[in-house]
Amino acid sequence: MSLWEYANPQKFMRTSGALLPFVWIATAACLGVGLVWGFFLTPEAENFGSTVKIIYLHVPAAMMAINAWVMMLVTSLIWLIRRHHVSALASRAAAPIGLTMTVIALVTGAIWGEPMWGTYWAWDPRLTSFLILFLFYLGYIALWEAIENPDAAADLTSVLCIVGSVFALLSRYAVNFWNQGLHQGATLSLDKEENIANVYWLPLLICLAGFVLLFVALVLVRTRTEIRARRIKALVTRERMA
Amino acid sequence: MIALLTRDLALAIRAGGGFGLGLAFFLIVVVLVPFGVGPESAILSAIAPGILWVGALLACLLSLDRIFALDFEDGSLDLLATAPIPLEGVVAMKAAAHWVTTGLPLTLAAPGLGLLLNLDPAAYGWLVLSLGLGTPALSMIGTFGAALTVGLKRGGLLLSLLVLPLYVPTLIFGAETVGRGAAGLATATPVLMLAGITLAALALLPFAAAAAIRINLR
Repeated sequence: MSLWEYANPQKFMRTSGALLPFVWIATAACLGVGLVWGFFLTPEAENFGSTVKIIYLHVPAAMMAINAWVMMLVTSLIWLIRRHHVSALASRAAAPIGLTMTVIALVTGAIWGEPMWGTYWAWDPRLTSFLILFLFYLGYIALWEAIENPDAAADLTSVLCIVGSVFALLSRYAVNFWNQGLHQGATLSLDKEENIANVYWLPLLICLAGFVLLFVALVLVRTRTEIRARRIKALVTRERMA
Repeated sequence: MIALLTRDLALAIRAGGGFGLGLAFFLIVVVLVPFGVGPESAILSAIAPGILWVGALLACLLSLDRIFALDFEDGSLDLLATAPIPLEGVVAMKAAAHWVTTGLPLTLAAPGLGLLLNLDPAAYGWLVLSLGLGTPALSMIGTFGAALTVGLKRGGLLLSLLVLPLYVPTLIFGAETVGRGAAGLATATPVLMLAGITLAALALLPFAAAAAIRINLR
């Protein structure tokens, strides 16, 4: 039993099909509990009022926006090294989801920023890096759409993803250098003491899990759609040849 | 490789290769800015470093799709790919030719345009230095973008969408160098970062660009 078995589309379809309902149920449970708890059952924070509750959408979306790109980088590398089509298709499937997460993070941040900072937008390093990440997603998706040959498209977007990752990281630190920040530091961390009271922390953690599950579910659904689209294309071509 | 460089240079300079086009575009951008923001010299000198860098960057972008397109159409790119010199070397030479025909003239013309924007006198040296250091990176990154889109019919717009986000770090450090030079601050950090980006781009991107061309020629 190895992970590479799922490079076989047949096997992938069977397993992901069986897995998908459970992922959806877990997503709904986590998001339902996390969001309701976060929005309605937590006290209003000092100095922030009820605006603090946008954290339950903002932080998970921002985290997934970055993690989606990391996942695309990993699947791109797998495609380039081992030529598994499912991997390339998963990478293609993840890009629009990552783009959407980036937009959610930017928009919820703007909504929160207006009452708190007095402005919807500031050229703060974190905001700016997210805007740049948004542009990277756009370019990546546009390249996928522009190339007709599916294998060439997978190859070229993988190369772009790798080069783009380096430049996205570079931009992140360049932007830091370019302007001082308005955005507060990290709220959650693995190695330092948490920066947040327990009442807010638990629902946030559940929301994070919910967003991860939502992302997994969406990627699975979209990858399955891509595989089916390929099959239809192959069948149509075969029909024409016959 | 030298022969390839001289061939590309000759092609760019002769027969409407668009040699002066980037330069003229740079001039027009810089002339248009005062019409947009008003003629007050204090405002102009404050935004001059950024305008000069953004203008140079856009002028570089203008000629990128020509790097491989013509060679791809008439089949010389296939010949170059099967030639005894490595494709990575071909790519590096293409980028060098692009730099000599756009980056270098832009660098040399920038002080004259700085005059139009009332750039601080202390910043002229930094302007030339930062453009001289930064434009090779712009050419190399652009060559990578051109290699990605060489097989596409209308790749020009896509090319700008792909390349402009990659230009962000170079632009930040380049404009920062000139801005700090104008304000009389220490410029060592941005200059070194700019040089680092250029060297890394020159060292690594030929491989990525050559890989993209191999895929496109398959």
